[in-house]
Amino acid sequence: MNIVVCISSVPDTTSKINFSENGTTFDSSGIQFIINPYDEFGLTKAMILKENSGGNVTVITVGDATVEPVMRKALAIGADQAVRINRNPKDSYSTATEIAKYLSENPADLIITGRESIDYNGGAVGGMIAEILNVPFVNACNGLEIEGTTAKLSREIDGGKENLSVSLPLVIGGQKGLVEESNLRIPNMRGIMQARTKPLQVIDPSNTDSLTTSEQFEKPAEKSVCKLVEAGNEAELVRLLQEEAKVI
Amino acid sequence: MSVLVYTENWKGSFRKSTFEAVSYAKETAKLLGMDVVALSIGDVSDDELNKLGNYGASKVLSASGIAKGDSQATSNLFAEHATNVKVIVFASTYTSKMIAPRLAAKLKAGILSNVVDIPFSTTPLTVSRKSFSGKAIEKAIVNTEKTIISLAPNAFGLIECGGDCNIEQISTSQTRSVTIEGEEIATGKISLAEAEIIVSAGRGLKGPENWGMVEELADLLGAATACSKPVSDIGWRPHGEHVGQTGKAVAPNLYVAIGISGAIQHLAGVNSSKVMVAVNSDAEAPFFKAADYGIVGDAFDVIPRLIDEIKKVKN
Repeated sequence: MNIVVCISSVPDTTSKINFSENGTTFDSSGIQFIINPYDEFGLTKAMILKENSGGNVTVITVGDATVEPVMRKALAIGADQAVRINRNPKDSYSTATEIAKYLSENPADLIITGRESIDYNGGAVGGMIAEILNVPFVNACNGLEIEGTTAKLSREIDGGKENLSVSLPLVIGGQKGLVEESNLRIPNMRGIMQARTKPLQVIDPSNTDSLTTSEQFEKPAEKSVCKLVEAGNEAELVRLLQEEAKVI
Repeated sequence: MSVLVYTENWKGSFRKSTFEAVSYAKETAKLLGMDVVALSIGDVSDDELNKLGNYGASKVLSASGIAKGDSQATSNLFAEHATNVKVIVFASTYTSKMIAPRLAAKLKAGILSNVVDIPFSTTPLTVSRKSFSGKAIEKAIVNTEKTIISLAPNAFGLIECGGDCNIEQISTSQTRSVTIEGEEIATGKISLAEAEIIVSAGRGLKGPENWGMVEELADLLGAATACSKPVSDIGWRPHGEHVGQTGKAVAPNLYVAIGISGAIQHLAGVNSSKVMVAVNSDAEAPFFKAADYGIVGDAFDVIPRLIDEIKKVKN
């Protein structure tokens, strides 16, 4: 089975976010980049599927050379090869178009994206790839088993989950539940050494137009200072929540 | 031209998020001088469909015989009814997030998600959206004729206008690409997505056996229960309760954090809450920097007293 995992390189979850050039650009100075956590659940699932029933795992991204350390990490976790489409990502549609073009030339049975990336939070690339390739798409996927050419999946719905079966090929938007946090893999020394010599193919973009433009970023207004209530005076907290905040 | 809105139902009933999406669509339609058309998928009674008029829908297209979990069929159906449409609005639900991007690619329409307010310009269409897991507000522009907007949870509110709507049954000839085997819905509990109040607890509670007071407080307030990541990782609470950057992002009117230190990843998932209360024995806990109200104290003393005080005002 051919599995392609789409990887987004994102600021580490602990990062403080800043913008430069009058708030038009994300300021990446001092930021450590990681595999988008939702993508990491998917990558780990891909490794487990490969170990259980064989196959090949490709990781793909759209980005310039600065994302290569993150792709090497994906290779160190166990992916067989990496593909980088050499373009600074602009919006969901142009990113999806680039990846879909690669996939139409290099077909996969299972395409895994994250439910969303934790930076721009568009949550659209997976669904768009599926639409361009005209294959099914299951988002917020929190369970997946492959039986021959059929996928048995579950997806999160508001207040529960829905179980589905779908024929391959298929695109999923992954999240926790696909694998558990404890299943995530820290690359070992052997993996890191091997990753250095695994193929990382750089391909030219098709430079499709973007449909949306990020114009300006601002940080949300600072919260006002926390009103502290003495322990023992819980009645005062209840009063504040009722009369001042009006939330209970 | 009109504004089209997806009005999702759960077993035949709409939820607040549905009416919120219609309210948003109506306010946007006013800016554009257009009407609101709602599209409903699945079996919904006329009585229920009529409620959409109260929030501004003038026409409701009701399609049965199609599963909302089949994103190919549903996005095709939307595309069939999007010819004369300028803006398509989706609420923040898991199903919406499956349909909206597909539809955007099909129509080559710019999509903006996590939108927090009505467009402040219509030519070009420009909105504010949450980005970087709530750590930034982004002003974004759509470069295409049609726009797809999906809302941030609980960001807009309900606007009743007391109108009526015409209901039109529509047939669909969509082929199915997905087989829905069934759904498992936790019953008798308020879902995190819909909860107006969330009571959440962390490692400060020391063990799963101590969640009784959390649940009691939640029941009293009509709240949903949630937990921090470490708590779901250890298995004290189910994964479905994990809120934070890699769990669920929530935006209730009130978020009560008990024994949660307030790691940046946790705050990223809850910072859209309207009001936050922190209870923690550590006065230096970062949550106090984000919270509106706080009590520095031992949860095992504070929470039972808080329960008593709430009982007093509820009676």
